[in-house]
Parts: sequence; C-alpha cells; structure tokens
Amino acid sequence: MEACPYDFIVSKVRAYSESTMEYFLELFFGGLTRGSIYALIALGYTMVYGIIELINFAHGEIYMIGAFTALIVAGVLTALGFNSVAILILATIVAVIYSSAYGYTIEKIAYRPLRSAPRLSPLISAIGMSLFLQNYVLLAQTSDFLPFPELLPHFEFMDPYYAIMGSAELIIILTTVTVMIALSCMIKFTKIGKAMRATAQSKKMAMLVGVNVDKVISMTFVTGSALAAIGGVLIASHIGQINFYIGFIAGIKAFTAAVLGGIGSIPGAVLGSLILGWTESFCTGYISSDYEDVFAFALLVLILIFRPAGLLGRSSTQKV
Amino acid sequence: MKKLIAGIVATACLTIGLAGVSFGADTVKLAVVGAHSGDLASYGLPTVNAAKLAVAKVNAEGGVMGKQVELIVQDDQCKPELATNAATKVVSEGADVVLGHICSGATKAALGIYKDADIICMSPSATNTALTASGDYPNFFRTIASDDDQAIVEYEFVLNTLGAKTVAIIHDKGDYGKGFATLVKDYIEKSGKAEVVLFEGVTPGAVDYTAVVQKVRRAKPDCVVFGGYHPEASKIVTTMRKKRMKTPFLSEDGVKDDTFIKVARKYAEGVYATGPIDVSKNPIHLEAVEAHKKEFGSEPGAFFDNAYAAALALLNGIDKAGTTEFAAVKKALQTEFVETPLGRIKFDSKGDAEGVGFLMYQVRNGQFVEVE
Repeated sequence: MEACPYDFIVSKVRAYSESTMEYFLELFFGGLTRGSIYALIALGYTMVYGIIELINFAHGEIYMIGAFTALIVAGVLTALGFNSVAILILATIVAVIYSSAYGYTIEKIAYRPLRSAPRLSPLISAIGMSLFLQNYVLLAQTSDFLPFPELLPHFEFMDPYYAIMGSAELIIILTTVTVMIALSCMIKFTKIGKAMRATAQSKKMAMLVGVNVDKVISMTFVTGSALAAIGGVLIASHIGQINFYIGFIAGIKAFTAAVLGGIGSIPGAVLGSLILGWTESFCTGYISSDYEDVFAFALLVLILIFRPAGLLGRSSTQKV
Repeated sequence: MKKLIAGIVATACLTIGLAGVSFGADTVKLAVVGAHSGDLASYGLPTVNAAKLAVAKVNAEGGVMGKQVELIVQDDQCKPELATNAATKVVSEGADVVLGHICSGATKAALGIYKDADIICMSPSATNTALTASGDYPNFFRTIASDDDQAIVEYEFVLNTLGAKTVAIIHDKGDYGKGFATLVKDYIEKSGKAEVVLFEGVTPGAVDYTAVVQKVRRAKPDCVVFGGYHPEASKIVTTMRKKRMKTPFLSEDGVKDDTFIKVARKYAEGVYATGPIDVSKNPIHLEAVEAHKKEFGSEPGAFFDNAYAAALALLNGIDKAGTTEFAAVKKALQTEFVETPLGRIKFDSKGDAEGVGFLMYQVRNGQFVEVE
C-alpha cells in the first residue's frame, strides 16, 4: 500500500484535536463538579448574608457536622443491614435534622443577642463559633481522617463516560441545580420567602407590618444548615474521607465563590462557584496546579474591581 | 531609658537563672514537643506515649546521673508559628533536652530558639534533609533517616524495579512533600535513564484533585510519585483509580500510615510507599510495644519506635556525659552506642542516626508489606 502523506497528516491532526477536545471536556466537567461542590456550601452562605448581612463563618462547620452525622448514622444502619439507598436517604434526613438544629441553636446563642450590636461583633462571634465547633468535633470524635462510605448509587449508564464524569459527580451537579431552583422558588413564591425578602429589605419595617422577624431569621438558618448537611453527605461520599477540619477550607472557598457571584444572590452563588471551579480546573490543566489558588483569587480581585457587588449582586447603598 | 531596659533585662535574666537553679537541679527535664492536636495529631501523640514509657523505664532503673527524669509536654500542631511559641515555653520551663518536633517545618522554626539556649533537640520524624545537611543546627539530631535516604530508595525502585521511562511527580507544596519530590526529580534527571514528564504541587485540603489527575492521565507516565501526607495521597489515588488509571502510585513515609489504607480502602491496594526498616523482631521494640499495650490499651502509632529510641538516646547521652551541658552531651551522642528499638545506634557528625534506613513497602490485602 502506498503511503499518502496528506491522509497521514489529516489523521494526525484529527487525532490531536480530538484528544485536545477530550482533555478540554475532562477539565470542563472536572471544574463543573468542583464548582457544584462549592455551590452546595456557598448557597447557605449567601442566603444568610442576603437576609441579615452576616457572614456566617460557622457554616463550613455545619457542613462538617452534617457529614459526621451521616457517617455515624450510616455506620449504625450498615450494621443493622439496611440497603444502600435506604442508608443514603435515612443518613441524609438525620444529617439534615441534626445540622438544622445546630444552625438554629447557633443563631440563637451566638448571633441573636448581638443583632443590634455593631456589625463586627456578630462576625467575631461567627469566627468563634467556627473554632468552637471544630474543636468540639475534634474532642468528641477524633483528630484522625475517617473513611466515608460510598453512599451514592453507581449508575451503569455513566460507565462509558468514566474519564469525564462519574455517577457521584452527576448526582452532585443535579442536586446543586435542583437545590438552586427550589431555593429560588421558595424565596419568590412562598409566604416565608416573602417574609424573608421583607426582612432583608428592612427588619424594622417588616416587624411593623407584622412579620415575625425572629422566626424568619431562624428559618433562614435552618434552611441554610439543611443545605450544608446535604452538601456534607454528598461531598464526603464523593471524596471518601472526612475529618473535623474539612469545613474550614471548603467554607473559605465557598465563601469566595459567593462573593464572586454577588453575596446575597442565590443564582450568583452558583455562578460564582462554577466560575471558581472552572478557573481552578483549567488553570491546573493548562498552566500548573501550583498556581491554582493564585489564579482563582486574581480572578476574584479582577471581578471585584469591575463589579464591586459581585457578578450578580445588586449594588445598593448601605443602609446605615 | 537605656538603664531601665538594661535593668529589666538583668532582672529577667536573674529570674530565669534562679528558676533554672531552683527547679532544674533535682530532675532532668525532657521536653516533648510536637503535634498533639490538629489534623496531624496522629503523627505526634505516639511520641508523647513513647516518651512517657521510656522515661518510666529509665526512672525505674534509677534515672539519669542518679536523678529522676521529668517530662514537659508542649503542643505545636505541626505549625511553625506555634512551634516557636512552644519552644520558647519549654526553654523557659528549663528543659535540658528536647524530643521533637514532629513535622520538618515546625522543627526548623523551633531550632533557632534551642540553638540560642544551647539545648539539644532530637526529632523522631522530621526528615527534611537540610536540617542536618546544611550544618546550620549543630544542636539537631534525629532518629529517622533523612528525605535524601528515602529519595534514593524511591528513585532506584522507580528506575530499576519498575523500569519506568517516564515519571510524573506530584507534591503538596510543603517542606516535607516538596523536599522529597524535588530530590526524586533531581536524582532521576541526573541518572538520565528516565524523564520527568510532570512536576507539580497541589493545594493540601482541596475538595478534589480531578484536574491534576486528568493532567497526569494525559501525560501517560509509567508511574506517579507523590510527596506529601496521606489525606492528599488517598484522595489522589482514589480519583486515579476511579478514572481507571492503573499507573503505579509511589509515595513516602507520610503516606505509609494505616490511616491511608483505612481511608483509601480498596484503592490503596498496590500503592508503594517507603518506610523505615522493619524492627518487629527487636527485643526492645517488643518490650516497648508490650508496655504501650499495658499502659494505654492500644497498639502504638506512627514514629513510636523512633521516638522511643530518641528518648533513650537523649537520656543515655546525658547519663554517659554525666552532665546536661551541651558540648558533652553532643559528644556522647556521637560516640556512645545505645540499644534502642531501632537497633544499636549512634549519631554521625551531622546529627543523623547511623544504621537507620528506608525500605520499599506495598499495600497488599490491606497491609503494608515489605517489597523483596
């Protein structure tokens, strides 16, 4: 057979562009997963900030507590011989209830007494709460890394795409989207959502027209904590390990994402998280993972220079 | 103003001097500093147990120079900024010798303080090469082989046993992980037998490492070498195996920990890691483990033998020197052999223990097994 240089070159170029495209897709979906992980946590941050303008630094710890609760429940249920879907659902429900109780209590103990104090006070209180919860779990549980069972179901139809995305990643992305839509609907269409928006605009005015502001704020914390717990179960199950410190770094990144997207805005939190995830993924893929954080935060600075309120944040004058 | 400051300094010196005399005379003080809380506590706490047991043994046998040995325990969480605080604290409490610190970064930060105070510091686990090789710390000793030793074992294994032609190297940007990774890279490049196709640092604690794993996958190396600790290693190896990469994964002592197998589960199978020589048949080791089980009701953890050996070596050094004075103890450490769980050891002129080397291990059926 005679070799044809033209065909050879075309096939080479095609192979190269295919592999380049494939690599791009791998990084794209890797970034999407990472972004969705951030988003699950960022949603809770942004929601609390949207209502009472408090950066709840203990949010990352609520996420960690959710994961720990699920681990304990899953351990007990596995010993009792439940099947994996039942374990996932029950563990998530218990984690949600437990974390919500924590969120509710934290608000009551650490933030409510400081509601009329200067804005710095509840912020410090939040940092204190974060440290307290970390060390509480350290003492009550362990300082070691613990294996987290793979609770998420394995879909066989995802097998051909293993290089790009696994079942766990798919579930995380779908959950993030569902949660974002549900949350937006809740705030737009339900009575409590309306009360939340009213409280966000002006606590005093909301109170005057008969909104139970304390209850609304409690509800906000409960919802935010429930989201963090769901995130905790999904993410821990995806990563396969937890310890008392996981909430801190995930929390910082999620907070960054929320600011990037416009803190207080729910679609903003998701958009910000995805952009952060993609930036990190592409930067690692095409440049170097050494500079992953550098690029992520450089992007944050750039966006904040041109849009100080974040991508989807409303720039409003301070209500002082 | 100058007089006032001089006065304060003089008073301070006097007070410290007095404290040293009044409390320091009747006991020999062994300080144990390391990560006793925080996410690396599992590396540091076994050393505290080892020190307690070694001191109990020495005290039961009549102590050192006829004096009882007392422990001072301080936590540095493996953080350099806390390590300097801890060092200052144990110096001011009158420590005669220091067993610690655990992590290289923290040890490096604390060493200057011990040097100024003329105190010998012996680490059971800080493997950063420069700590001894640089010659900056004449007061530093260790009972674990340095990173260089591990790197040599690792690169010889990569080239000769695995026969790799292309190698991807990942590290966690830390003193320990990056130090090791850089050494392996240098050795491989110097040998000219293989090519390093990827050399990158990852951020410890990140939620996932998919992107860097995809990058490794694209580079198609014959093996992956990782420098760092087990939390990152288990995440990376899990992601690799989930992406169906069968590439051999090699790491070092920071990964050769049972927690790694516990966390990475089936994905840990086949992972290589270097670790110190097997001492399981050493009589002092067996005795120490037995004492640990009796006292604490569990198997000892990471670096227990090294720490036990360090405690024995330090106390033996003081005993042989007949004083806690710096130069005499240093000389005793370098000349007098001591029987330890690691074998019969003494220290070379740089402070490294002689005869404490590394071997290659592999996870087989959920256990680290020595590779023949």
